[in-house]
Amino acid sequence: MIAELGHYALVLALVLAVVQACVPLIGARRNDPVLMGVAGPTAVAQFGFVALAFGALVACYLRSDFSVVNVFENSHSLKPLIYKITGVWGNHEGSMLLWLLILSLFGALVAAFGGNLPARLKANVLAVQSAIAVAFGLFILLTSNPFLRIAQAPLEGRDLNPLLQDPGLVIHPPLLYVGYVGLSISFSFAIAALIDGRIDAAWARWVRPWTLLAWIFLTLGIAMGSYWAYYTLGWGGWWFWDPVENASLMPWIAATALLHSAVVMEKRNALKIWTILLAILAFSLSLIGTFLVRSGVLTSVHAFATDPTRGVFILAILVLFIGGALALFAWRAPLLKQGGLFAPLSREGALVLNNLFLMSACATVFVGTLYPLALEALTGEKISVGAPFFNATFGPLFVPLLLVLPFGPLMAWKRGDLPGVAQRLTGAAAIALTGAAVIFAVEAGGPILVPFAFALALFVMAGAVTDLIERTGLLRMPLRTALARAAGLPRSAWGTAFAHFGLGVMLLGIVGETQWSVERIAEIKPGQTMTIRRYELQFDGVTNRQGPNYQEVIGHFTVRRPGETLGVLEPSKRTFTSRGTVRTEAALMTRGFSQLYLSLGDTSSDGSFGVRLYYKPLVLLIWLGALVMVVGGALSLSDRRLRVGAPVPAKGKAAMQPAE
Amino acid sequence: MTRRQRRLVLIGAALGVLGLAVALVLSALKGSIVFFNSPTDVAEKQIPAGTRFRLGGLVKDGSLIRGENLLVRFEVTDGKSTIAVAYQGLLPDLFREGQGVVAEGAIDPSGTFKADSVLAKHDETYMPKEVADALKKQGHWKDGDNNAPKGRAQP
Repeated sequence: MIAELGHYALVLALVLAVVQACVPLIGARRNDPVLMGVAGPTAVAQFGFVALAFGALVACYLRSDFSVVNVFENSHSLKPLIYKITGVWGNHEGSMLLWLLILSLFGALVAAFGGNLPARLKANVLAVQSAIAVAFGLFILLTSNPFLRIAQAPLEGRDLNPLLQDPGLVIHPPLLYVGYVGLSISFSFAIAALIDGRIDAAWARWVRPWTLLAWIFLTLGIAMGSYWAYYTLGWGGWWFWDPVENASLMPWIAATALLHSAVVMEKRNALKIWTILLAILAFSLSLIGTFLVRSGVLTSVHAFATDPTRGVFILAILVLFIGGALALFAWRAPLLKQGGLFAPLSREGALVLNNLFLMSACATVFVGTLYPLALEALTGEKISVGAPFFNATFGPLFVPLLLVLPFGPLMAWKRGDLPGVAQRLTGAAAIALTGAAVIFAVEAGGPILVPFAFALALFVMAGAVTDLIERTGLLRMPLRTALARAAGLPRSAWGTAFAHFGLGVMLLGIVGETQWSVERIAEIKPGQTMTIRRYELQFDGVTNRQGPNYQEVIGHFTVRRPGETLGVLEPSKRTFTSRGTVRTEAALMTRGFSQLYLSLGDTSSDGSFGVRLYYKPLVLLIWLGALVMVVGGALSLSDRRLRVGAPVPAKGKAAMQPAE
Repeated sequence: MTRRQRRLVLIGAALGVLGLAVALVLSALKGSIVFFNSPTDVAEKQIPAGTRFRLGGLVKDGSLIRGENLLVRFEVTDGKSTIAVAYQGLLPDLFREGQGVVAEGAIDPSGTFKADSVLAKHDETYMPKEVADALKKQGHWKDGDNNAPKGRAQP
């Protein structure tokens, strides 16, 4: 009954979405406030019905209703409660429903908080948003219905893939989806502006908070996924350049570029067409990501099942929306008026450079991800494009970006003073060079890139701090004045500094982890010890434990440093009974920003265990850096300017602006 | 600067960065991609020793030998040809005889494939896509669901 209720609610949501996709659009054409007014309530109702459908699916999981195919295939009555809930999105059908839920949530949010939007823009935005919902609603109902029943209900489910039974999965997909799908709002805004043929600085001000919100969640989701891979896959890698990871990285880069270009548009009324294009590209990359992950063209943790009809359906959605959006762009963009002149050496110029490097880096990731697929489709030749490719392309493009990054926020709008900015950055450069010199002296003979990368990270961090010092006048003025100025500084300025600082922190972590990581792989018997750096691990033995739906072999290791015992590491191997699969649980010990990482391998007949032990210096900075970036995003989002809404454009400007 | 000059600077910068990206991609594609081969491909193509590639197939039943110091030897087969593989390190959780595997490395002068990473299935229904295709070619594959998580191992 509950499943049927969910199914019915989903159909109703689809019908509402169809109404919402058509009526407000007609209203906007005819300038009919009643028809345009349909958009708001339907958006909220649509969200309500999708939420009802989602709730119904969750209820089926909670009751372990194995007469529902989806529950049978992905749940088990003995599974802990939390994984019964997360199992809802641990499979293709459920995760698509979550996708739709978030899509309609964003629509409802625009309806609820978009009070200060011009009526036509709001109607158009909600109509476009709903058109996406129609496509995905149809996709779910026609190819991936989570509410299908089995005629004869089995007694027990097949359980969720053990890899996915992890606290990381509780939040990783929802975070990532809010990010992915949140970009749909920027897309809808861009399409609405193109439909209307009108765009101004206020548009950028409305779009920026939505993009920022999506960006924050995308950053969190990617960082979370990276940490999950780090501790569950058992060999301590945090980024594999796996196509699925790239699928999330590409929208992230595009969203980052969009955030920066929207600033130019908002402040200087320039880069309009480019910003619109970025908004379209960012969501298109989200859709491509969804296609890559969900169509089964890739094999990975994320491809739950392959079904050719799904792939073709998503491909059709992809072609329709990306192709349609780009066609509309080509047709309407020339109507948009360019404005805001600026010299190449200016804040705008720096942001353009940022966009150029970001989008070029994004393009290399795109090529590296799709080239193998294209090659296989065309020639049948199978290749793998892995880390070496991305290190050789993505890396070199990010170096100049990071080098010029501290200059950007210090440049003046319109016409910047490069020598002046360089002078103000001498302190930051001095810190960076000192750091490099220290590393060079300590690591004599090591790769020359290490001190350089280290210096780059320090430069980015010190540059962000310099920006704050300059803005508050900390070193030039009395402390009290500086504090008062700091309090009066817009939150978005703090946000910029935090986000840039976070990037530097992350880079520092990446340098530490990739260059100074130590690894030991050994066979070890109870009573024996192994050492790594100054740490000594003693293997005390193994014990067995019975988990809720698995059996576990736990290894006990005591960690010592000369003169002191630091604690125990207890890596384990879990055997999940229902699927007969094994999962390794690594044990972690945090020392400052560094971690000891231990995972169990195979058991030999003579009672020894294979173990893999790492010492990973500064590894935590990778994710801490991401968190600092998120804090920066949140600070910027809380800026008053973005909350009070945009000023009403002066009379006369509201008319359609002719082309130049 | 006139508007025209400014625009030229912008376009120049854009082309410069894009050109750099294209050059990087082309040079990286030349040097850092790895081809996938089944044991039969290896036999037919006469891949020279030292060339890195991915070898995929089934772990031959009864071929797994564990040596000292986590050294493992096994054979990878696609039903027609077989290649001996040596790997030092921990095997992924679901490495089994008779199951699909993908190993990355190169053939050494003695003809053994020295793997530096081994990917195996991580789920009872998973078969690396490349392996499934290679097996289909040799007629040793029954159609079925073949997608689920992958595990990796690196030494």
